[in-house]
Amino acid sequence: MATVALDLEMIDVTKRFGGFVALDGVSLRAPRGSFHALLGENGAGKSTLVKCLVGYQLADSGQVIVDARERDIRTPQQAHAIGIGMVYQHFTLVPCMSVAENLVMARAQVPMIIDWRREREALEDALRGLPFRVPLDVPVANLAAGEKQKVEILKQLYLGRRLLILDEPTSVLTPAEADEVLGYLKGLTRAGALTVLMITHKFREVMAFADAVTVLRRGRVSGTGSIPGLDVADLGALMVGTREGFAGAAEHASPAAPPARLGDRPALEIRALEAEGDNGLPAVRSLSLQVRPGEIVGIAGVSGNGQRELVQTLIGQRQRVSGAIQVGGVAYRATRAQMRALGVSALPEEPLGNACVREMSVAENMALRSFDRPPLAAGGLWLRRREFTRQARQLISDYKVKTRGPEAPIGTLSGGNVQRAVLARELSRKAAVLIVANPVFGLDFAAVAEIHQRLRKARDEGTAVLMVSEDLDELLEVSDRLLVMFNGRIVHETPTALADVGTIGRHMAGHAGMESSPSTQTTASSQ
Amino acid sequence: MAVDAAQALGLWGVPLAVFGGAIRASTPFIFVSLGECLTEKSGRINLGLEGTLVMGAMGGYGVSYLTGNPWLGVLAAGLAGCLLGLLHGVVCSLPRVNDIAVGIGLMLLGTGVAFFLGKPFVQPRAPILPALHLGAWSSIAQVRAALEVNVLFVIGALLAVLLHWGFVNTRVGLVVRMVGDSADAARAMGYSVGRVRILSTAAGGFLAGVGGSFLSLYYPGSWNEGLSSGQGLMAVALVIFARWSPLRCFFAALLFGGMGALGPALQSVGVTSGYYLFNAAPYVLTLVIMAASCSPRRTLAGAPGELSVTR
Repeated sequence: MATVALDLEMIDVTKRFGGFVALDGVSLRAPRGSFHALLGENGAGKSTLVKCLVGYQLADSGQVIVDARERDIRTPQQAHAIGIGMVYQHFTLVPCMSVAENLVMARAQVPMIIDWRREREALEDALRGLPFRVPLDVPVANLAAGEKQKVEILKQLYLGRRLLILDEPTSVLTPAEADEVLGYLKGLTRAGALTVLMITHKFREVMAFADAVTVLRRGRVSGTGSIPGLDVADLGALMVGTREGFAGAAEHASPAAPPARLGDRPALEIRALEAEGDNGLPAVRSLSLQVRPGEIVGIAGVSGNGQRELVQTLIGQRQRVSGAIQVGGVAYRATRAQMRALGVSALPEEPLGNACVREMSVAENMALRSFDRPPLAAGGLWLRRREFTRQARQLISDYKVKTRGPEAPIGTLSGGNVQRAVLARELSRKAAVLIVANPVFGLDFAAVAEIHQRLRKARDEGTAVLMVSEDLDELLEVSDRLLVMFNGRIVHETPTALADVGTIGRHMAGHAGMESSPSTQTTASSQ
Repeated sequence: MAVDAAQALGLWGVPLAVFGGAIRASTPFIFVSLGECLTEKSGRINLGLEGTLVMGAMGGYGVSYLTGNPWLGVLAAGLAGCLLGLLHGVVCSLPRVNDIAVGIGLMLLGTGVAFFLGKPFVQPRAPILPALHLGAWSSIAQVRAALEVNVLFVIGALLAVLLHWGFVNTRVGLVVRMVGDSADAARAMGYSVGRVRILSTAAGGFLAGVGGSFLSLYYPGSWNEGLSSGQGLMAVALVIFARWSPLRCFFAALLFGGMGALGPALQSVGVTSGYYLFNAAPYVLTLVIMAASCSPRRTLAGAPGELSVTR
């Protein structure tokens, strides 16, 4: 790429929403070809700052200076014209269109009639230098989250951006993928072709890739400096305000005491499960696993290796093709009645879509599992709204759900609070089995620590927890036993205490080389 | 005479008659379903196409009668449909307007206005569209009848191919698909979602109007109030059946037309019992194929993401 990176300076940017000051005189400088990290808790103003930069929001005051010229950026199109692009947390691709169609249509100029042969050659050319592959002809809807994220980044590079803003770009990538993508971008910054401004929660990525960092706290710059001039403890202290606060949070997040005594019989047992994906192809292949009471079993894997279909099968969103599932020794068919009788709870990914009714109130959503039986219903017919509210108030205060009240539609809650509300519902009764998928996606670290604490508590009380996550660090921290899923199968199993990140990474990538432990084979076939 | 020929050919007359009937009866389906396909691809449903079809039939017949040129009638039918589509598109672009409700309203409006304005044209004979005699080489009357292909059918077939190609290879086609699948993405790229949908709905209305003119100007070739008998609505179902693909719309329309011709064809060779049952063949076929092709384990592939009944 023959482009030259942009030089960015933002001076004294202030933005108010009504009486709330989202940004209070924030300044930031990212020289040409730098890799700048923007750290901060949720609500610290990171997103507002970059939205002001790309023209989605207008700052009340302050200057944006790009390449030594003051710019007045009022729309994303103006930002694009200068060469500023952004990769959002949500996907902006068109699901029914192929990757190639998405890339071509993203350009500012599209010819009336598209010569696909020439476009494809141009695309292949543009993609040649990349360290990762994306399939050009597959509709985006069929891509896994990690692949979509790569396409989003790819799109910005293909459009020739010279300043790229990334909003938590690696939340759906494996550590290895993240390193690959960020490493590539880092290379571009080194070559002077790109300036990167990255919002992140992950200290590891800041330390590994950023040249400099700006930390926001409650709308102000609480610190800025170069990497490696600052260490992780410094960053944490800047983020939460004090060194002690961070140490406390870190301790809070550290693994709990050794697991409580395990039950002898598995609470959840899956044998030779087969399930198909949306496309009708096998997604889960002869998968067997057991989760015993009082343990957290983590399933690691690159997204799109059948984890989603596995969870959907377990919580009744997908029919299995074959195989047996037993909960507490009883054949399990994932009906609502059975989930209640056997004590199966679930916190699926994107709980707003998968475990809530968006338009219904928090109180109603919290009652979804039990609204038709006492005390919420009388005679199985009449609903007692007062009981709904009472129960909801209790759960809201127990789980610290931030909401306008029990009657607010659950769709108006922030992601972390939806997560808390669903977890409150699922854990408000004794759960024998808890199925969790990507429980902390997009949450800030205080919320992450709290949710993990809840999971550990459930475990300690004897619940069998099956946790699917695309974040390996999370699994290493929370789970007792770790399985790796690749291509629909469990390909590796290890106690977390003995887990070796390198080995796990190889299994996640499907490169089970010579070093793979012999237990791999036995796990797959013995059950 | 046709009956004689049919008897001369024996049972072979049935598939031949079904073939001819498929071409004849499928033409309005082709146009209406292609129009609806275009509209739905942009993320909007137009249930009013039944009204558009009737309006097109009346307008086409009336203009053909008044000018003496059936092709002007076709154009007028298209323009009438275009106006109705434009109305639907604009009304639906207002906030909090549900396109299903507006569609049903327009269906009633279209048929009502057509009956009102069409009263004077029930009696007179208007010039009708010519046919291509592709069967002129044959001495068998029935083969000649079956191969008498109307020009609109040929145009419809070409149009299906053109739309199919256009959705993949032109900017306009891709923009329509983008708007229909992810309005947010389209807006982020600077396209006006409202304008694209209004234009797609208007274009869809034009095609449905042309489909209507076929009814009055070719087959059955006269204007009366029972002309359409729900074909516009069936065409809407046909689009779902064809999974929003113009080429599949064409073949599905052909299938529907052929099934519709089954009853009369069997009657012509003397099978008269169960006449009404055979006439129901297209509907039965739809149910069977729908049931066979749906799976609870798979999502409906190809459905535009913005299509929704709850908007």
